Amino acid sequence: MSIAHPLAGRGSTPSRAVLLAHAVAAHRTRAADVARIATPHIRYEAILPEIVMLGGAVLLLAVGALVERQLRVRVATFGTLAVSAGALGVSLWQWADVTSHGGFSAVDHAVVVDGFSALVNILVSCAMFLTALVADGYLRRERVEGAEFHVLAMVSASGAMIMGSANDLIVIFLGLEILSIALYVLAAFNHRRAASGEAALKYFIMGSFSSAVFVYGIALVYGATGTSNLAQIAGFLSTHVLTSDGLLLAGMTLLMVGFAFKVAAVPFHMWTPDVYQGSPSPVTGFMAAVAKVGAFAAFLRVFVSSFEQLRVDWQPIIYGIAVATLLLGAGLAVVQRDVKRMLAYSSINHAGFILLGLQAATARGVSASLYYLFAYTFMVIGSFAVVTVLGRRGDAAHDIASYRGLARRQPLLALMFAVLLLAQAGAPFTTGLWAKLQVILASVDHSVPLAVIAMLSAAIAVFFYLRVAVLMYTPVPLAGATPGVEVPAEEPVPLGKSVAPRALAAAELAVAGAGGTRARPLWTGDERNIVAIDRMNAGLLLDDDPMTLALEGAGEGAVPQGALGEGAQAVSPPSSDAERERMLVGESGPPRSLAFDTLAGGRGETLDVANVLATGPARVPPLSAVAIGLCVAVTVVLGFWPGPLTAFAHHATLLFQR
Amino acid sequence: MVTAGATHAFPFLTVLVLLPAGGALAVALLGSVRTLSRVAIEWVGIAVSLATLGLAIAIAALFATTTGGFQFVTDHSWATGLGVHWNLGVDGISLFLVLLAAVLFPIVLAGARTRTDAVSFVAWMLLLESACLGSFVSIDLILFFFFFELTLIPSYFIIAGWGYTRRAYAAIKFFVYTFLGSAFLLVGILVVAFVHEHQTGVLTFSLPALEHTHFSSAGDILLFLAFTAAFAVKAPLFPFHTWSPDAYAEAPTGGSMVLSAVLAKLGTYGIFQFDLRLFPQASVDLAPLLLTLAVIGILYGAIVACAQRDLKRIIAYSSLAQMGFVALGIFAFTTEGLTGGVLLMLNHGLITAALFLLVGWIYERRQTSQVSELRGLQAPAPVLAGVFTVAMLASIGLPGLNGFVSEFLVLSGTFLTHRWWAVVATAGVILAAVYLLWAYQQVFHGKVDLANSTTRDLSWAERVVIAPLIVVIVFLGIYPKPVLDRITPTVNSLVAQVDAATHTHQPAVARRGVAGTSAALAKKAST
Repeated sequence: MSIAHPLAGRGSTPSRAVLLAHAVAAHRTRAADVARIATPHIRYEAILPEIVMLGGAVLLLAVGALVERQLRVRVATFGTLAVSAGALGVSLWQWADVTSHGGFSAVDHAVVVDGFSALVNILVSCAMFLTALVADGYLRRERVEGAEFHVLAMVSASGAMIMGSANDLIVIFLGLEILSIALYVLAAFNHRRAASGEAALKYFIMGSFSSAVFVYGIALVYGATGTSNLAQIAGFLSTHVLTSDGLLLAGMTLLMVGFAFKVAAVPFHMWTPDVYQGSPSPVTGFMAAVAKVGAFAAFLRVFVSSFEQLRVDWQPIIYGIAVATLLLGAGLAVVQRDVKRMLAYSSINHAGFILLGLQAATARGVSASLYYLFAYTFMVIGSFAVVTVLGRRGDAAHDIASYRGLARRQPLLALMFAVLLLAQAGAPFTTGLWAKLQVILASVDHSVPLAVIAMLSAAIAVFFYLRVAVLMYTPVPLAGATPGVEVPAEEPVPLGKSVAPRALAAAELAVAGAGGTRARPLWTGDERNIVAIDRMNAGLLLDDDPMTLALEGAGEGAVPQGALGEGAQAVSPPSSDAERERMLVGESGPPRSLAFDTLAGGRGETLDVANVLATGPARVPPLSAVAIGLCVAVTVVLGFWPGPLTAFAHHATLLFQR
Repeated sequence: MVTAGATHAFPFLTVLVLLPAGGALAVALLGSVRTLSRVAIEWVGIAVSLATLGLAIAIAALFATTTGGFQFVTDHSWATGLGVHWNLGVDGISLFLVLLAAVLFPIVLAGARTRTDAVSFVAWMLLLESACLGSFVSIDLILFFFFFELTLIPSYFIIAGWGYTRRAYAAIKFFVYTFLGSAFLLVGILVVAFVHEHQTGVLTFSLPALEHTHFSSAGDILLFLAFTAAFAVKAPLFPFHTWSPDAYAEAPTGGSMVLSAVLAKLGTYGIFQFDLRLFPQASVDLAPLLLTLAVIGILYGAIVACAQRDLKRIIAYSSLAQMGFVALGIFAFTTEGLTGGVLLMLNHGLITAALFLLVGWIYERRQTSQVSELRGLQAPAPVLAGVFTVAMLASIGLPGLNGFVSEFLVLSGTFLTHRWWAVVATAGVILAAVYLLWAYQQVFHGKVDLANSTTRDLSWAERVVIAPLIVVIVFLGIYPKPVLDRITPTVNSLVAQVDAATHTHQPAVARRGVAGTSAALAKKAST
């Protein structure tokens, strides 16, 4: 590799004596250096949020090790909450400082404090705070003692913070490893489930591999530019023209691969679904938020500030990755039956949207991506908080079928989840749509087709978010329907014959016979067979659902079909809502006989929905409720009142960005 | 465009938009109070929608007929840094759509109640009202898009939650189709704003500001198509209509009424307000294409309606034909045609809502809306038959009822500039008579059989609910002047704007047309 160095060949040959004098002086200095290693001046306030987070983790670990009995989860939780609140406070102070005095770099230019890093610190602190709230209920439910979970999460969070404020490729790598290694352990946290161990191993192997690729990339970039400092790389590239830039491009591509692994961009996304599904649910939420924030922060900083000169080289690659990520993430999410897996693919789709901002490589693009990360963090942690709660003891009830009828069992929780899902889909008056709007505004700058592809993927994504949302509002079918009668899902039933007599559930007849009164005059006659229709619609919602209703009990051949002959007028609806409701949830029915053999031959997990329902509503721990409430509040309030957050993201531009 | 008209201290439009949303929230909260009966909650919903109606009537009364610009304008910065404003205003086109929505929602809440889970139904309906009103009065494109999208969520839950047999299928089809359309709309809006920013340095989404943006001719056409994709799906216009018969037929009565009467108008309203104002050149250039699609839609809708056996589907396809007429009026680019288009939006909303409500009541009584299973309903239910007759004849376009006025204006306006399209479209009017009269004959005439003989006639409550629709249908058929007076200034300024931008001129006869036509109509009605 040859470099056309502007300084090369400059200067005249100095005299021998002068050279000797120089050599002597240099030797003396070196001798002095041996005595005291030259450490860079450290401005501690520059890395205060990281110190608080990491120090809090160490302190908690020490306390946990020193006390005689294992630390109670509650204590660890409140410790973590205090630490993350402290880190949040410090980050906010940094933000105020940066907005009034401007950014600066510190610790021998290895770390930078600017609006960008302050925003990442704030975001990670918030994510840690929320995760601590969610994890509390999870750990107590799973009877896990000790502070390890919280300690690991805080260490991981500090890694993400380091990545956000790193100004050197080596420091980014340090942050990446701190973030990742703690996450590997967290993924394996649920040692009672084989899936958790499997997820951790997969994540570990894939993650180590990507780290290795990343380090190799650093080495090549260092070889090409002679520095690993981001600002110096940018400076070097703006003043030098490389006649042969293969080494640099190779290094840049390897860095890109490393980042793409971490942010789960296609085609480096393979680990995501398995790891998200296998990890304990609060860890998944944390991972989806914090790992993505940290990795995207570094991704944006490195490519938009350091490699800004090479835009024409990397923009097409990011373009391709973004298209694949958007479409594959949305497309594959549609066919998932496990809600965690579906959310994993949805997070891949979100990564595609964030890549739009990066691909634009403008100040507007960076602030749009930051806004997206902000909105996404709250939506995803909230969603996984709900998933955690509904996972029940054992953290296994994640099949989409177990979300059925949630609105009747737990209306508030269902509403919260629906809001979070719709926000992820990009519903108006939530941060979700503002986020999509901004990244797309950034990308129409020079690539309208990409914007169109992104919105089309959003349209696909809507489908699976809605599927869950509507399933929650679909009542659970009545137990003990007429045996042998399966309503074919796709058969077009003419409206008038919709009350197909043969499909009438016997139990409904019984109710009708007992308390049937005629419809009050002004009520629209929805006197259709809700049970049969619900089953049909369930079949449509879960089109590949091998939902088999084990049919037994009271319905068994109770009514000869001919008895219903001349229309359904004989079948009056139940007289009261309460009665109908009872009928739908099957409280008054025979023992539940619904066996949703959900994953026949799938991943080997079967879920007995009957069991899920039999145990009644999932218990919502108060702290989890607070976390979910906070996430929904942020998502909706900032959706209605977008000013503060858009201004926030707008000001959080990079220090070294031109 | 001039933003003129008296400024009012009271934020009429903001309150108009937020009132139903607040009502929805209140209903949702009241729903958790166990002591309240659901009838009480339904009355809360009706009261909120009536209050909204009152406000809409006040706006119509204070509306100045002398100007074509936006009135009652409010403008607050909303998302700083993004240039999005809470910018509301109403003009001659949106005024009557606001009134239409405000009139229909109380009728839906009172007349098309549901049996199950009334609380959620009322809350979703009020939210939907808010979203519809918001879309009609937004002048900021992003704000419009927000409301436009917001309409999807409540309508989706209404179809999926309270619909008929294949409701899940219909609801998902509805949502995905319309969402796909609006994906293009969002990108289109952002591109328009971006181009405007490049030209002026200001990032704004305000419609009056963006009107002066210049696009390359290819960009103009692509943007027009992006916008029109969303609006054509929503309306629905011919090749984008496939979701609508399913959605209209599977939705509960109230859902069908709102979908066809109000939500469909969002599509044609969007074409009026955004396509014509932002891309006048592309609108004129592509008019033959859109006119052809409109004519195909008119004929196709009418022919398919002839083949339907279900009353709801007949009305659904007849809606498709009617929306074709609206598009015909728009793309004729004459004052008459555009005025007729706006009036037809209003009239079709009233007529189709009445028809869907009546079919819903028939279904409630007979558990079917299949034409073949209904016979001779006239004997047991004469009032029902009478009311149905009025609505059906208005839909056919019988002189003296409101449908005639708008169809006549549209056809005569189209005839002036696009003769052959008007000639072919007229066949749709005849076909409408064929399928509606045929269905009417089957259902109400003939010898009543045992199953149909016990059909209850309309109760007094039902008569009170349907009466306003019938009164307005008849009134607008005889005396459309108050409506035309308010539409004409806006339409004139719109036509002038399009003419100025494209250097074309509509025939002089059309400019005098509305006054002349009104006079002719008045003469015809009196004879």
